[in-house]
Amino acid sequence: MSKTTNQKAWIFVIPVIVLVAFNALIPLMTVVNYSVQETFGSNVFFWEGVKWFEQVLNSSRFHESFLRQIFFTGTILAIEIPLGIAVALSMPKKGPWVSVCLVLMALPLLIPWNVVGAMWNIFALPDIGLLGRMINGMGIDYNFTQQPVAAWMTTIAMDVWHWTSLVVLLAYAGLCSIPDAYYQAAKIDGASAWAVFRHIQLPKMKRVLTIAILLRFMDSFMIYTEPFVLTGGGPGNTTTFLSIDLVKIALGQFDLGPAAAMSLIYFFIVLLVCWVFYTLMMRDEAE
Amino acid sequence: MMDLTWMAWTWPTVAFFLFILTCLIAMGLWEKQSPGGNPRRGVFGLDTTRGDRLFISILGSIFIFLGWLWAFSTPLWGALVIAIVWWIFVFKRV
Repeated sequence: MSKTTNQKAWIFVIPVIVLVAFNALIPLMTVVNYSVQETFGSNVFFWEGVKWFEQVLNSSRFHESFLRQIFFTGTILAIEIPLGIAVALSMPKKGPWVSVCLVLMALPLLIPWNVVGAMWNIFALPDIGLLGRMINGMGIDYNFTQQPVAAWMTTIAMDVWHWTSLVVLLAYAGLCSIPDAYYQAAKIDGASAWAVFRHIQLPKMKRVLTIAILLRFMDSFMIYTEPFVLTGGGPGNTTTFLSIDLVKIALGQFDLGPAAAMSLIYFFIVLLVCWVFYTLMMRDEAE
Repeated sequence: MMDLTWMAWTWPTVAFFLFILTCLIAMGLWEKQSPGGNPRRGVFGLDTTRGDRLFISILGSIFIFLGWLWAFSTPLWGALVIAIVWWIFVFKRV
């Protein structure tokens, strides 16, 4: 493997670096500064050292919202990825229906997050919402504003509705890039549909699926708007995910120090998981 | 002079970012002096460049410090020792 000697390309990266500095690096540095201090506003700060980090690491509140977050992300990944692949497999490969399907699939992705939350909130209301009325009409007691299980089901259904399309579109792009020769060879060998899926389609989709899982992991791990609009983190604290908890601490209680420490820990966890996941997938790729 | 009081700088956090900056510059100088940053296969079976190893070292030491803080609270000298050992291990073996 030879090393590239022409490093001039770096000059073209400078605008991006400046942009990232202003929208990410400088705010992040400020968060680091906040995380070791206490403030009561008016730009007056008191040094606290690592106290906030210790407090967050030992707080049961953080542990609980962290576990809720893991459970939520795990659940939606377990539903959206297989479902997305299944939908992509059943979509037509050519003909006029291709564009119809693609547009239909893209629709949920175009709706702003707070609108999705508001839509599902009204849709699922037990007294006036279509879904809520229907479930209650079938004799099942359902009220997502009071029952934790119902709140969870609604939040997960909403996320699946909103984001499965992304997985579908990525998986479909992966499927379309498989040359016909593979299928012809499989046909000659008399391969079953499962064998075709297992040995041709799945390996060929691996790269896009990696991206799909990474995107869905990061987005759902940092989810805020949709559950905030839908349930507001309730009933009680049952759907309070990490970001909702973080905003409650930072803006509700104005505890900027602990909130900064928590957001840093949150950031490092996301960074670690993404790195591990990406590295594992790329290692398999190399082999 | 730009007014940076809104960023609430403290000397320890300045030192922290200067350390990161120094690491990056040092990596650049190292590569210039003795090129050899191409990927190699380490003990975890990963192909890492020098830059990857710096990233793994920093990310690892963050979790070493957080873990120590969670388990033993302050002072953090023990975590510092483990972190230094971790850096040496990563740069030599991973």
